[in-house]
Amino acid sequence: MDLTLKIWRQKNREAKGEMKSYPIKGVSPDSSFLEMMDLLNNELIEKGEDPVAFDHDCREGICGSCSMYINGEAHGPDRMVTTCQLHMRKFKDGETIHIEPWRANAFPVEKDLVVDRSSFDRIMNAGGFVSVNTSGNTQDANATPIPKEDADNAFDAATCIGCGACVATCKNASAMLFVSAKVSQLALLPQGRPEAKRRATHMVEQMDHEGFGNCTNTGACEVECPKGISLENIARMNREYLSASMSSDS
Amino acid sequence: MTKLDAKIPEGPIAEKWTKHKNEINVVNPANKRLIDIIVVGTGLAGGSAAASLAEMGYNVKAFCFQDSPRRAHSIAAQGGINAAKNYQNDGDSTYRLFYDTVKGGDYRSREANVYRLAEVSANIIDQCVAQGVPFARDYGGLLDNRSFGGVLVSRTFYAKGQTGQQLLLGAYSAMSRQIGKGKIKMYNRHEMLDVVKVDGKARGIIARDLVSGKIERHSAHAVVICSGGYGNVFFLSTNAMGSNVTAAWKIHKKGAYFANPCYTQIHPTCIPRSGDHQSKLTLMSESLRNDGRIWVPKKKEDVDAIRAGKLKPTQLKEDERDYYLERRYPAFGNLVPRDVASRAAKERCDAGFGVNKTGEAVYLDFSSAIMRYGKEKATVDGIENASDKEIRELGEGVVEAKYGNLFQMYEKIVDENPYKTPMMIYPAVHYTMGGIWVDYNLMTSIEGCYALGEANFSDHGANRLGASALMQGLADGYFVLPYTIGDYLANDIRTGPISIDSPEFVEAEKVVKDDLNKLINNKGTHSVDYFHKRLGKVMWDKVGMARNEKGLKEAIAEIQQIRKEFWEDVRVPGSVDGLNPELEKAGRVADFLELGELFAKDALERNESCGGHFREESQTEEGEALRHDDQYAYVAAWEYTGEPKDAVLHKEELEFKDIELKQRSYK
Repeated sequence: MDLTLKIWRQKNREAKGEMKSYPIKGVSPDSSFLEMMDLLNNELIEKGEDPVAFDHDCREGICGSCSMYINGEAHGPDRMVTTCQLHMRKFKDGETIHIEPWRANAFPVEKDLVVDRSSFDRIMNAGGFVSVNTSGNTQDANATPIPKEDADNAFDAATCIGCGACVATCKNASAMLFVSAKVSQLALLPQGRPEAKRRATHMVEQMDHEGFGNCTNTGACEVECPKGISLENIARMNREYLSASMSSDS
Repeated sequence: MTKLDAKIPEGPIAEKWTKHKNEINVVNPANKRLIDIIVVGTGLAGGSAAASLAEMGYNVKAFCFQDSPRRAHSIAAQGGINAAKNYQNDGDSTYRLFYDTVKGGDYRSREANVYRLAEVSANIIDQCVAQGVPFARDYGGLLDNRSFGGVLVSRTFYAKGQTGQQLLLGAYSAMSRQIGKGKIKMYNRHEMLDVVKVDGKARGIIARDLVSGKIERHSAHAVVICSGGYGNVFFLSTNAMGSNVTAAWKIHKKGAYFANPCYTQIHPTCIPRSGDHQSKLTLMSESLRNDGRIWVPKKKEDVDAIRAGKLKPTQLKEDERDYYLERRYPAFGNLVPRDVASRAAKERCDAGFGVNKTGEAVYLDFSSAIMRYGKEKATVDGIENASDKEIRELGEGVVEAKYGNLFQMYEKIVDENPYKTPMMIYPAVHYTMGGIWVDYNLMTSIEGCYALGEANFSDHGANRLGASALMQGLADGYFVLPYTIGDYLANDIRTGPISIDSPEFVEAEKVVKDDLNKLINNKGTHSVDYFHKRLGKVMWDKVGMARNEKGLKEAIAEIQQIRKEFWEDVRVPGSVDGLNPELEKAGRVADFLELGELFAKDALERNESCGGHFREESQTEEGEALRHDDQYAYVAAWEYTGEPKDAVLHKEELEFKDIELKQRSYK
């Protein structure tokens, strides 16, 4: 396949970026999107030009590193996949492809397509855990049965990979889907229940502090989420948050 | 000269760990606040160690090269984690888990370490559930288990196909709590480029801030390496793109012995390579071998017709197919251990029976299972005289419920529907059992420097059983190191903060900077990948699934040559200042080019077949692996002396007091 790539180039956080055009020839339809980027970068290096920086690691859709906004969609046109799982057979020969970084105030661009998502880590630091120390003396894992449905719902929420596609997709750059997935997972489990309100309050405060926008329930995040994290989590978090703000024990 | 004291406690194996914990020194809580510990890597081992040490009161500095500690490659583990809980009442016990692990490792692991691993395994499950890890449960609300290869009990805990993700996020959340409290200082996008020794003790590291490019000195009273395995020396593997040997290799060059580098696990069920563009390989969980039958055509002309696209595999009749695992191993069939299944696939493909363009693929066929499940379902649903089509549809539904996410992943990558046509699979490099030599306390041969998880060598011998890597990473980080490190640090309570202005730090920083500048200023003609791919090809062809003396000697010479060319001709664009992924890769490949040679040297020295290491000179008449316990029942620990070819071998003899050594048989 022969393609034209229009890619956001930006030297560093302070620099002004711009879209640049790169023709690329002989792309195998069986290659992944990132392997196509490898091909481009090898050509750039051998020509003495600066290769395009992008985040990637596991290349099997689970680490959450890759983060490209392709033709106006987070992780590109396919559904339920990350960029690393997107294959070139989803594009047409001769097509022009636009590639940009995630855009959000809370995700500043470090270079080209690489953004800083440490705001997600700071939200986690504010409360995304169960306060239990390593001891080897916690109670037996089967001492508290957990209804299968709760365990399954908690698992579904817990499959969030923290890639930030929800933020990049949202017109308000809201992080509600990400935050609510963690709040839901732990609120659904008896182990996380005791500090559920406190957790919701602290994580939401940090989210606001980081500069993420408000949720206006457009549902775009759910559509673009590569892991199919459900909007129901946002509703569940709103309940936790509301009940925390109306009670004094938060 | 030899300094290999494994420090295994005296006494019966079942009492060693408890006794040891009671006898070693501890640091009192007030003094822990005076002690700094560096943890490099934030996977299951590093994440759990950092969190636990911080909870205990130490000041932890944690480093990862990814943009968040949550992205370490432990996250990609699919199948599960073993623990001797005996919830299924199938007679499981600490001893049985210990026995299976030693046998599965082909009797090349250290008994005392493996026993301790089995002993703490149950605590891991308790700890993870307490953290909110959503393991699979049955309708009664209790934890569910599945079976894995090489064992006779059901002891694997899981969270669908994302067990590694859930366990890692558990460790990451424990870390997050301590980061929030200021007890862990987290350094994201930082890469360790050397360890600093002061008076023979590990006292810090030199790290590069990958965003600013700044070279930083960090000091501590102890350094803990949890940087994972080195499978990417093969270029193509199931490892993440960034997985590397650099931290382990740097401590090796400063005095940590590297043990059994040739022990590599080649996983039998991965999606085959489709062409030269390929950057990595994707695993398909071992659990698929429960229901899939592996075969290639019996006749060469059918192979040719399939490759030419003139024949479909579904058109071949039963008697035209060679179910070679069922043929060679009637007792275990498609469920032989990983090393055996991988070699058998290679044997058929080498003989010319590979079924895709590259000639390196065999079929994993679910049609028998689909029909079998379909018939069962029809009976359960009370459907009489169901047609084959109806049965097939019912069966596909059952298979989808079991393996749906894997089938979807396969279809996305290969663009074929595995419900309708057999999957194609081929072995790929997956895990490295070898690693930094450690004693019972997980201390390397550098005082104050520890290695945990896949980065060390001790628990899996020459072959790792499925669902044991997650167990080992968390055991080391949650339950072993937090105790054993106190024994060493108890002598450091009066040391005070370690200065970063000592000559040792200055010198180490200078060496790191010089190396980086050398790479940038080289201005050669070829990219880093060009050399990495060449190295990978030599490793795969000559140091891969089957090895022989001639090939290994050639490999050593070829790797030396590639390394020479790399330093003369590599082109690294950009500058040392600022984000430069090519520079990061260059440093890692430079280390792989040294490790690769030691790897081949170790494989050459070990003239026996054991676990994942198959020497063609050492096999039975039927072509099975043949161990030589009289000559090779030892750990090969290599000391760095300047060049990989000059590495000095130290042997730790392995004693098996509690298990009888036997030749494995799966016939």
